[in-house]
Amino acid sequence: MTVEFGAFALILALCLSIAQAGLSGAGRLRRSSVLVGAGEGAALAAFAAVALAFFALMHAFIVSDFSVANVAGNSHTEKPMLYKVAGTWGSHEGSMLLWCLALTGFGAAVAGLGRDLPRGLKALAVMTQGLLGTVFLAYTVFASNPFVRVLSPPIEGRSLNPLLQDPALAVHPPFLYSGYVGLSVVFSFAVAALIEGRVDAAWARWVRPWALAAWSCLTIGIMLGSFWAYYELGWGGWWFWDPVENASFMPWLIATALLHSAVVTEKRGALSGWTVFLALAAFTFSMLGAFLVRSGVLTSVHAFAVDPTRGVLLLIILGATAGAGFALFAWRAPSLNPGGLFAPVSRESALVLNNILLAAATATVLLGTLYPLMREAATGEAISVGPPFFSLTFTPLMAALFILLPAGPLLSWKRADAQGVAQRLGLAVLIALGLGLAAFAFINPRQAFASAGLGLGAWLVIGVGVELAERSRVFRVPAAEAWRRLTGLPRGAWGMTLAHLGLGVFVLGACVETGWKIEAAETLPVGGHLAVGAYELSLDKVQGVDGPNYDAERATIHATRAGAAVCTPQPERRFYPAGGQTTSEVAICTLGASHLYVVLGERRETKGAPVWLVRAYWNPWALLIFLGPVIMALGGVLSLSDRRLRLGVGRRASPRIETAPGTAAVGALAASPEPGE
Amino acid sequence: MRPEASRLWLAALAAVLCLGAAADPAERLADPAKEARAREIFRQVRCLVCQNESIDDSQAELAADLRKLVRDQIAAGRSDSEVRAYLVSRYGEFVLLKPAVSWGNAALWGAPVVVVAGGVALMLAQLRRRRPEPELTPEEDDRLSRLAEHDGA
Repeated sequence: MTVEFGAFALILALCLSIAQAGLSGAGRLRRSSVLVGAGEGAALAAFAAVALAFFALMHAFIVSDFSVANVAGNSHTEKPMLYKVAGTWGSHEGSMLLWCLALTGFGAAVAGLGRDLPRGLKALAVMTQGLLGTVFLAYTVFASNPFVRVLSPPIEGRSLNPLLQDPALAVHPPFLYSGYVGLSVVFSFAVAALIEGRVDAAWARWVRPWALAAWSCLTIGIMLGSFWAYYELGWGGWWFWDPVENASFMPWLIATALLHSAVVTEKRGALSGWTVFLALAAFTFSMLGAFLVRSGVLTSVHAFAVDPTRGVLLLIILGATAGAGFALFAWRAPSLNPGGLFAPVSRESALVLNNILLAAATATVLLGTLYPLMREAATGEAISVGPPFFSLTFTPLMAALFILLPAGPLLSWKRADAQGVAQRLGLAVLIALGLGLAAFAFINPRQAFASAGLGLGAWLVIGVGVELAERSRVFRVPAAEAWRRLTGLPRGAWGMTLAHLGLGVFVLGACVETGWKIEAAETLPVGGHLAVGAYELSLDKVQGVDGPNYDAERATIHATRAGAAVCTPQPERRFYPAGGQTTSEVAICTLGASHLYVVLGERRETKGAPVWLVRAYWNPWALLIFLGPVIMALGGVLSLSDRRLRLGVGRRASPRIETAPGTAAVGALAASPEPGE
Repeated sequence: MRPEASRLWLAALAAVLCLGAAADPAERLADPAKEARAREIFRQVRCLVCQNESIDDSQAELAADLRKLVRDQIAAGRSDSEVRAYLVSRYGEFVLLKPAVSWGNAALWGAPVVVVAGGVALMLAQLRRRRPEPELTPEEDDRLSRLAEHDGA
């Protein structure tokens, strides 16, 4: 019964989305606040309806209702509760429903929270959000309905792939989708602004919190996916340049570029056309990701036939939505105000360079992902584009970006003092160079690239320190005054600083781990030893374990360093009878920021006695790879909590504030609805 | 990584659970220098039946065959480029994870350079077209600082 209820709620949501788009559009056209209000109401109701559908599906998973095709295909009675719940979004249909939930959720958020937005802009944004909701809900209802029943329900479900039964992966999709779909709001704001014909500082200020929220979620989502790959796939890699990873990375790169260009638009009124272009591009890349991943076009060049109808439908959605957005852009962008002037050495120029490099990086990832497909379609020759390509193209672009980064926040707007900035960074350059050279000289084995990366990471981290010192004028004013300045910094500034620090931490971890990881593998009998770096592992015992839905062999290994006990890793090798798969459960000892990573491999027989393949990695500073993005996302959240962003002080431009600055400032802080509108 | 896509590409992995397969002691070459060279080549060679994996990672049977092939060639004294050329002659360009720098791949390798060059050219054109305002004369500078002082008071 709840299943039919869910199916009904889903169709209702589709109707409400159509109403949302129609009412908001008509309301804007006729300047009728009644119609606009009704559109907003429809947006809230559409979200409520999708939420009901979502919980109906979740209920079907929790009670293991195998009469629902989606549940039968992805769940199992013996699966732990967390993975039953996570199974809701573990399939194509379910994840599409999650996508729609996020989409209508953001639509409702714009309708409900955007109190201080100009009426016209808000109505058009709600309309666009409604159109997007209509398209994706129609796709879900007609082509990918998660509530389809089966005629003869199986007694047991086919279960979720055991590799996916993991806490990090259970929460990974909600974050990722909030990020992907959060960018739809940015898209809607861009469309609304283009229709209104006004892209200015105030617009950039309204867009930035949404972009920040989406970016923060995307950062966490990608990090969780990477962390999952790191400890679940069992060979210590954390980024594979797989098309699926690239699909999530491209919107992130574009969103990062957007956050930076929106600052220029907000502070200086410049780059407005480019910012709008990025706002459209960010969600386009989200949709491209959805298409690439769901159509199966890239997981294998031959897999397009796996689900051709859905693939083609998603391609049509992508083409129509992005096409309409960019056509509108081509039509309206030339009339946009070009904005303020700036000198070659200025904060604006630095941010433009940031955008050029990020755009080039996105183009590289895009081509690296799609080129094999294009080449095969054009000439019939199959080629592969893998990690070595990206190390040669993507990495230098990022290195250039990181070299420029610490200078950016020190440059002033319009025209900066290049010499002064160089002076302030001189010491940081020397320290970073010194650290890089020291790493090259003293760390064994000698690694030129990893040493350079270490220097670069140090440069980013020290750059953050220099920036804070500049802002607080420490060493130049009394300590109390410096402290006052530091604590008085707006949260937005702290957010940026934290995000840049997180990037530096990530670069340090990524370079050190990649350059100096140590691998060892040996077949060991019970009591056997294996040396990895400075650590000695000995296999104490191997025992059988009964899990809730698997059987496992668990090894108990003790690790020592120079005779002193360090930790007792217990890696497992699990067999899931439901799907007939074997997985490895890696044991990781976190020692400082480094990981001792131990994998139990297959059992072999040597001279009648059993031996186990044991693989161990010493991953120096590996923790920083995942800590860095967390710090970055925290920076995003902190920036989001900045009062200036939350309360939309964009109204400073309105006449009322010009006439009475005192009362208007109070009004802005209290976020009262604007009486003038 | 979205779950349903992960399912697709993991379907291949799950069957042949990948555990950094190349490190298996049973396969290793006796000479550590040659083994290190072999590993370096493994990372650049695609496991043809896997989703997007190098033969260094994959435990598929074909990957093991390819590793043996590469190790045999290296043990026989071939150079790295000879080994790669041999693999390409046998399996086509598809086998290399780093696509050849050729005219057919010009768009691929050229894209980063073109985007950066284009972007910088556009930026320079913009800076040139819209000259920043002329410097203030000393008198104007003086007046400005006086105004600023007055404003601050």
